[in-house]
Amino acid sequence: MRAVVPVLTVVAVIVAIWYAAAVWLNAPWARDMAARQDRELGAAELVVDTWSQDKPKLPAPHQVVTELWETTVEKSVTSKRSLVYHAWVTLSATLAGFGLGTALGFALAVGIVYIRVMDMSVMPWVIASQTIPILAIAPMIIVVLNAVGVSGLLPKAVISMYLSFFPVVVGMVKGLRSPSAMQLDQMRTWNATSAQEFVKLRLPSSMPYLFASLKIAMAASLVGAIVGELPTGAVAGLGARLLAGSYYGQTIQIWSALFMAAAVAAAMVGLIGVLQRVTLRRMGLDR
Amino acid sequence: MMDGTPKPAAASTVISASALNLTFETNDGPVHALRDVNLEVGKGDFVSFIGPSGCGKTTFLRVMADLEQPTSGTVLVNGVTPEEARKARAYGYVFQAAGLYPWRTIGGNIRLPLEIMGYDKRVQAERVKEVLALVDLAGFEKKYPWQLSGGMQQRASIARALAFEADILLMDEPFGALDEIVRDHLNEQLLALWARTQKTICFVTHSIPEAVYLSTKIVVMSPRPGRITDVIESTLPRERPLDIRDTPEFLEIAHRVREGLRAGHAYD
Repeated sequence: MRAVVPVLTVVAVIVAIWYAAAVWLNAPWARDMAARQDRELGAAELVVDTWSQDKPKLPAPHQVVTELWETTVEKSVTSKRSLVYHAWVTLSATLAGFGLGTALGFALAVGIVYIRVMDMSVMPWVIASQTIPILAIAPMIIVVLNAVGVSGLLPKAVISMYLSFFPVVVGMVKGLRSPSAMQLDQMRTWNATSAQEFVKLRLPSSMPYLFASLKIAMAASLVGAIVGELPTGAVAGLGARLLAGSYYGQTIQIWSALFMAAAVAAAMVGLIGVLQRVTLRRMGLDR
Repeated sequence: MMDGTPKPAAASTVISASALNLTFETNDGPVHALRDVNLEVGKGDFVSFIGPSGCGKTTFLRVMADLEQPTSGTVLVNGVTPEEARKARAYGYVFQAAGLYPWRTIGGNIRLPLEIMGYDKRVQAERVKEVLALVDLAGFEKKYPWQLSGGMQQRASIARALAFEADILLMDEPFGALDEIVRDHLNEQLLALWARTQKTICFVTHSIPEAVYLSTKIVVMSPRPGRITDVIESTLPRERPLDIRDTPEFLEIAHRVREGLRAGHAYD
């Protein structure tokens, strides 16, 4: 609870800067409008105007909060205007992509650790895959998958997977290799099979690495799902809200979608954090 | 050199090495970890390997355990190659560090080799109880390694090596990281355990008193190249209270070990 005061202080500072920035960025438009109507704006009027424009350059915090309230609480979740609905569309693709990415990353890591040829050849490709801008490859994935008749959630999930398998590969390779030479020798003296060595030593040893990777992978998955919604002209999802908002200059809508995305990411990463604590505590690795 | 008194090739020989060489190829050229090593270890012997670091004592132990392959020469463990012996689970190996898994309880750690070897669940539980009593850790089965002191952890790791009833115990400086007082206590316990279980023990150490106190046979080694410079048959009785270390007999053996170590250093 002692963390509350510093956290609130930081939030208050950010909000204050934000309000000030809203005045600064939206003032030219306010003055232009006033000039066209041959009016002079007083300081107070200017501030009020900059905090309540329809399409401000930077919406004020309360405008975003109001928008968030109206599109989450006041709309039924099945409505196309509900942010909860859009968040769920994106989240479902995120989770599917996260699952696929984790599975792929895990499989690659096991291959790299156990198969020498893969150890020598796969890692450079894995790294190369991440140097390609996702914005460049996302439309290709969607077009190609559409051509073979796959559309809807899966193409977005594939883009999520493309981003999220990477941290899992890197983390799990390190984790599966974390047992010491002594521990591996010990397994050898017991004449353990590779499978036993994996299940009883390498896998448990890799758990702390796995959870760190999963947190990064989850955030990457969400980015992937949102990016996957941009080039398709998708009608639903946080990405679609962002895109529609930018088409029509609906900055408030964009900001509220951004905050929704941040909240979803925080919730998901927090969930993994809880899972991590419970698992590591039960394993006696968290002290 | 051969074991001091040449015995007939008796069935009581548990480990025998002849003309054993092991060379590591490194970037700085070959390193002779073991050169022309010959040794016989009889059943029920307590053999200590002593020498400065780099003398190959640990390497020799690892060759017996099939963790290292000799360049030439032969080693037989229980009359078969180290690999066959390892696969037959002929020995328990105690490493320098306890190496207990932090996510397993003490009981779970001791059960680990038993699980790997496919022991029956009921037998596993029995064995765990038995060996924990043997190392004086009864009642600690449900504790986690971090709840135990370093000495207790090392005892647990010895219990783990005993759990699957191998006749040979290979120990690589198991008490090296512990303080003198704990070490004395564990040495005493180890002797008691050896007397009770009749195991053959190969014990690597760099402590002269430890080697003399524990062993029936002391193998003195020296480095560059790693080789055996002396094999001393202890004249001490098997029953050894701690204060035997003040007897003239003990000091005489210790003196001979020291001489052997010095001789090994003379020409490098």
